Amino acid sequence: MEIVMSVAIGLLFMAAVYLMLSKSLIRIIIGTGLLSHGAHLLLLTMGGLGGTAPPVVADGVSAAEYADPLPQALILTAIVISFAVTSFFLVLAYRAYQELGTDNMELLRGTEDYE
Amino acid sequence: MSNLALFPIVIPLIFAAILMLFPKKLHMQRTVAIAGVVTTLASALILFSKVNSDGVQAVTLGSWPAPFGISMVSDMFSVLLVLSSTIVTMFVLFYSIPTIGVKREQSFYYPAVLFLMTGVNGAFTTGDIFNLFVFIEVLLMASYALIVHGGEKPQLRESIKYLLVNIISSALFVSAVAYLYSVTGTLNMADLAVKIPQIEAVGILTVIAVLFLVVFGFKAAIFPLYFWLPGSYFAPPMAILALFGALLTKVGVYAIMRTYTLFFTMNTGFTHELLAIIAILTILAGCVGALAYFDVKKIIIYNIIIAVGVILFGISQMNAAGVEGSIFYLVHDMLIKAALFLLVGILTVIFGTSDLRKMGGLIKNYPVFGWTFLVAAFGLAGIPPLSGFPGKLLIVQGGFEGTHFWGSLVILATSLLVLLSVVRIFIYAFWGEPARIKTINRKHYLSMFVPTAILVALTVVLGAGAELFMPFISDAGEVLLNPSLYIDAVLKE
Repeated sequence: MEIVMSVAIGLLFMAAVYLMLSKSLIRIIIGTGLLSHGAHLLLLTMGGLGGTAPPVVADGVSAAEYADPLPQALILTAIVISFAVTSFFLVLAYRAYQELGTDNMELLRGTEDYE
Repeated sequence: MSNLALFPIVIPLIFAAILMLFPKKLHMQRTVAIAGVVTTLASALILFSKVNSDGVQAVTLGSWPAPFGISMVSDMFSVLLVLSSTIVTMFVLFYSIPTIGVKREQSFYYPAVLFLMTGVNGAFTTGDIFNLFVFIEVLLMASYALIVHGGEKPQLRESIKYLLVNIISSALFVSAVAYLYSVTGTLNMADLAVKIPQIEAVGILTVIAVLFLVVFGFKAAIFPLYFWLPGSYFAPPMAILALFGALLTKVGVYAIMRTYTLFFTMNTGFTHELLAIIAILTILAGCVGALAYFDVKKIIIYNIIIAVGVILFGISQMNAAGVEGSIFYLVHDMLIKAALFLLVGILTVIFGTSDLRKMGGLIKNYPVFGWTFLVAAFGLAGIPPLSGFPGKLLIVQGGFEGTHFWGSLVILATSLLVLLSVVRIFIYAFWGEPARIKTINRKHYLSMFVPTAILVALTVVLGAGAELFMPFISDAGEVLLNPSLYIDAVLKE
């Protein structure tokens, strides 16, 4: 199962890199979304996919049956952080589109204030 | 067990939360912000004296036994950095009151600065690798808000790039933590330092070490990963730029220093060799930029990159002289970079431009300012009585004692280029034909100049009184060179 997950994560990273290298800002933001999905799934996979019971203490479940709770907590933290950053990025892209009148990264190069 | 180590993190957090309540009340904002920074400085000083007398202070939150809870660890190294970052923030805050503009002040400028400080102090103090990620995100989120604060066109354009680079490096950080967790099964730094030497698969650990170098290298702007820094740092106003230049890259440098001395010591022949080569290339790349531009901001921005290279070269040597030199140079560089940005900020206010070719002859009207700038410039280059000298001397000595004498030669040679790059500002701006200057109010000028001059004076004290500070520096170096001190303090129960 870890192999399948690794391949899926690799595909997500590949798609993210491809999108982030494109010209349109919105495609770049979609790329960052895929990148954080990949990172979160990697965290889950690297914690090990063993365990059949959810990590909630219940009667009649032995310790070995629980899934590892730590990666889940880490992912939850990473999800809210990337959610906050993505929403900031989207608003920034919207403002930049309003002010600069373009979403083409090629046209956002350099600074005209010097040289 | 004492919670003292948490105060420099919690105090700015509380003050920032209070400041969010009344954004429009200008006087209250300023007073509360200054009160917050001064209280933080006081708590950092108390923590410093505590660490100095009793050794490493470790708190594991919630009274959990050490590897299971989140540990906060204050050794001499981290407390020195907390102290200097708080001092820098305080002076930048004094400087931003006259310069940042009422409109910015009324839209959550001070809370953002204090949140930045929370993140920086937290990143310096934390003893847990995932918690380090969270604190770095705290400071990055505050820095996103600050870099775009005001919403001018160049700021919007550059902050897109800044955000994108940091999102990518954060995703890589999460992946690196995932790999490290799958290999070791722990996140606590002290526990990692115990477990990593026991693992026999050195190959995978070396890969993870390089991945961490890439992650922190993005934050610290090392050689192939510094491309985002010159453009992004050019956009925000000078007070914010001073804060970024003094603190943000130093968090990345600190993280590299911590991880490469505490746990990635299993294959130093490869990892530290790589670090030394990258450090030298970083210095060279920074020098090219520092000499290429006629723009005062750009020159100092490229000097940030040079200093990152110098510090990392010292740490890559892993001997007492190199490590102590890096620590001294790191503290010096935080103070001097903030001072130089503030000085250059006054220059741009006086001339109304940051182009060197449109400046000249300022020494007649502003002699004290001119000589202060010269002192700061000499301090940056490392002229003996000033603060850049002891650190660089030790780093060069570390290189000669280790295997990288050629690196020490490069550092000595590039010191001349650093000197040239800043003295060029002095020659263009202060000598020669007087250029047209803006008439600025004497009081306004003094309110900018006084905090800056005090900061420069502090760097002079740091350099001239190096003998006084050396015991603390060697204390800090000792913890870095003997990870067992750190491990014992955290896992003592």
